[in-house]
Amino acid sequence: MLDSKVFISASFFFSPIWTFIFLVHSLYAKGRVLGFKRAKRNQRPDISLIQIEGVKTIADTEFYLGKRVAFVYRAKREVNGSKIRCIWGRIIRAHGGSGTVKARFRNNLPAKSFGAS
Amino acid sequence: MYQTLTRNVHFRLEATGFFAARSSQDEKNPRNSLLAAGVYKYSRSQVIAKRNLHKRKPAGTVAAASAVANKTVEVKGAKNGKTRVIATSKAPRFYAAEDVPVPNKHRKHAGTVKIRSSIVPGTVLILLAGRYRGKRVVFLKQLKSGLLLVSGPFKINGVPLKRVNQAYVIATSTKVDIDVTKVDAQLDDAYFSRSKAVKKAATEEALFEGQKKKEPLAENKVALQKSTDKLILDAVTKVEHLRQYLAAKFSLSKGQAPHALKF
Repeated sequence: MLDSKVFISASFFFSPIWTFIFLVHSLYAKGRVLGFKRAKRNQRPDISLIQIEGVKTIADTEFYLGKRVAFVYRAKREVNGSKIRCIWGRIIRAHGGSGTVKARFRNNLPAKSFGAS
Repeated sequence: MYQTLTRNVHFRLEATGFFAARSSQDEKNPRNSLLAAGVYKYSRSQVIAKRNLHKRKPAGTVAAASAVANKTVEVKGAKNGKTRVIATSKAPRFYAAEDVPVPNKHRKHAGTVKIRSSIVPGTVLILLAGRYRGKRVVFLKQLKSGLLLVSGPFKINGVPLKRVNQAYVIATSTKVDIDVTKVDAQLDDAYFSRSKAVKKAATEEALFEGQKKKEPLAENKVALQKSTDKLILDAVTKVEHLRQYLAAKFSLSKGQAPHALKF
């Protein structure tokens, strides 16, 4: 239910499927949160693994390194005039050879963010 | 010799005043020499002694003792003696009870900001954030603060003369042929600084008026926008489709991945 999109720019960022009026599916790339950085039995929640749409190889990921990422989600309570909230982060490095990427967010992502778009 | 010093040694030596006054003599005839890694011929104190500071005359005379400490003033009243000698500058009435902490000296200086080699005067940039996100815009010059000076041109896409951070910009390979030297020198960081709101004595009317009136842009700024844009427009009209290109917004369509695009 919770989604992420990756937006471009020194900010490519993640954003949810619902688009806000000012975002016209335009300047960002979408992606999914796969999980936390982990070994088989231990996980490190400070770094999340992100799968960006259209990025299939490690060479493709070079463009996205350093780009900003936003995990956007809805909440019931309004904060600062909006029910939509956002966790910002940056893509820090590639993960594996198939285009996955590691990102560090200002606050760790909630495990609810994994998977599904 | 200075270049061969490691950073640590350099900073430590600098703290001792080693590099305090570099004269041309220091450049031409260095007082010290490097024998091996980290080993100099003369020690710090030896080099300082070599500078012969005790024999040198001070560059300028010590500022003349600030104008006379006391002054004579006439005093009224018959029995007060006609004149009195008082201090020229009055002593302060207030002294801080405790020492006020003095902030440390700033010895670090921000370096000049490097812009990407792909960003060259005349380059068409895509703005990625801010009010004008998605707009294609012409880069004019880099300002001292490191920000990029950019203009729509205003007539084409509504983007005025603006400062933009290069991190929030994609440089395209499209270039507009403009002569940067003709861009007005007035356009610098000070030009864009916000003017402090004039404080008005709060009146009842002012309180109830509510809305801030948006002041129209100063005439000279409008004129500067037009003249700068003219430079760009002259070059833009010469290239087919460039005007429409600048007017169009950039956006990703479905299935487009930015890493695969050639900008």
